[in-house]
Amino acid sequence: MKSEYDVLIIGGGPGGALAAKTAAKNGLSVGLIEKRPAIGAPVRCAEGIGEDLIGEFFDEIDPKWISAKIEGAKLIAPDGSYFYLSPEMAGNEVGFVLDRKFFDRDLIWQAVHAGAEIFVKARAVDAIVEGGVVCGAKVEYNGRVQEVRAKITIAADGVESKFTRWCGIDTTVPLGELETCAQYLMTDINIEPNITVFYVGRDIAPEGYLWIFPKGERTANVGLGISGTQSGDGHRAKDYLDKYVNEFFPEGKIIEQIAGGVSVCEPLECTVSDGLIIIGDAARISDPMTGGGIYNAMYTGRLAAEVASKCIESGDLSKGALMEYDSMWRDSKMGRALERNYQMKEIFVKLSDKQLNAILTSVKNLKMADFSTLSLVKEIVKLNPKLIRDLTGLKKYFE
Amino acid sequence: MIKVRREVCGYCGACVSVCPEGALELVDAYLSVDYDNCKNCNICVKVCPLGALEVADEE
Ligand SMILES: Cc1cc2nc3c(=O)[nH]c(=O)nc-3n(C[C@H](O)[C@H](O)[C@H](O)COP(=O)(O)OP(=O)(O)OC[C@H]3O[C@@H](n4cnc5c(N)ncnc54)[C@H](O)[C@@H]3O)c2cc1C
Ligand code: SF4
Ligand code: SF4
Repeated sequence: MKSEYDVLIIGGGPGGALAAKTAAKNGLSVGLIEKRPAIGAPVRCAEGIGEDLIGEFFDEIDPKWISAKIEGAKLIAPDGSYFYLSPEMAGNEVGFVLDRKFFDRDLIWQAVHAGAEIFVKARAVDAIVEGGVVCGAKVEYNGRVQEVRAKITIAADGVESKFTRWCGIDTTVPLGELETCAQYLMTDINIEPNITVFYVGRDIAPEGYLWIFPKGERTANVGLGISGTQSGDGHRAKDYLDKYVNEFFPEGKIIEQIAGGVSVCEPLECTVSDGLIIIGDAARISDPMTGGGIYNAMYTGRLAAEVASKCIESGDLSKGALMEYDSMWRDSKMGRALERNYQMKEIFVKLSDKQLNAILTSVKNLKMADFSTLSLVKEIVKLNPKLIRDLTGLKKYFE
Repeated sequence: MIKVRREVCGYCGACVSVCPEGALELVDAYLSVDYDNCKNCNICVKVCPLGALEVADEE
């Protein structure tokens, strides 16, 4: 590991990988450190992503990245009634369940091929901050701590991000806005192999949802997230998951177990500082409605590297210059969706089971040509005009 | 003080992200607790999806 790079990236998830690849392609010297011994493992994800979203980054999708192609979705209400999104309706929501073990690793391969240097089992243990400017990280590697300096440091260290805190930025997720999750990779279960299933309801996953994301004919990621405030002794995410699995898949075999945290808060107020850019989950840029963050991490990773390249070329590494990154992602389609979905989430977590039943029953027979989360919510509001009272903050999205 | 049941912990980082004092960190394959900074608020204990954290008596 060199003692100096143009760009140092902390974390080898999809965000860090896209940042590394983009910066290296732009001719910068890039170091990426990942504290785990292997990229992409263990997978802390349900692995779902929209086809159009992933298509933004690659000319070709490698078949080994894909566990299942998804053609429709089922939304199941607390009373068991469901809303089925057929392939024709699902429109831009069809997509893939990835195999992130391969996917994340290939993203890093691509970064290496572009010229980035990657180090695993290399952990940032502190930030180097001089006169308020972030100048790199102290890195524990091969049994010793060394200083690695950089013109720009990119914090891509995910939901557990410590690096940003060491730079003096508070990244604490409020308890009520952290979805605490448990998931099993299960086999020998009866599922529809091309349909994702979402259950909502206070009994099944309070202030969250349960998902079944197929990974093959009889294999799926079965998991759920509940709000941190709803979690506690005897009713933790794992307890809810066990209850569901015992009832619905008693014969199923659990071949992997993971836990995780997903922030469903608003993104950090500011995602740059002098010499520092924060991306992906570290910046709390995951979708507050769905918890999805793979695309958002890749998008912000690529953008961060583009802005870093420009700033390094101009020699201005100040917060003011890096603000271009912050304003660009906020103004993007993704940024606007985050803002809107945060407000929708605030409403949806408050809905009672009775309201959820009524809503899903009312939309059951809908045919929407261009389905999207927004169009679904628009239809829900049309059918449930009383809801609009709670939706004051959302009005602008419906006009 | 809080205690980590290492045999239960899934090293997921959920507790790290909610700790208001920044007192938790995932180091290699274990969760490290900085007892100097921990304020015993127990937010981390509440949020853990697996129940790997518990409140233990001070030794
Ligand atoms: C249960 C669960 C289900 C999910 N399901 C979906 C889904 O279906 N679809 C979707 O789009 N998203 C999903 N997500 C969210 C998605 O996994 C994340 O948004 C995405 O991985 C974020 O990418 P990232 O690059 O920002 O961070 P990460 O992928 O978390 O990568 C951060 C990396 O930084 C490393 N790191 C941390 N600290 C240090 C340090 N000090 N030094 C060096 N390295 C460090 C970590 O080891 C990690 O590898 C899910 C998340 C969870 C928990
Ligand atoms: S939340 Fe629980 S399982 Fe996750 S790292 Fe903390 S103690 Fe371990
Ligand atoms: S008890 Fe509170 S301060 Fe201590 S580690 Fe847990 S969340 Fe942090």
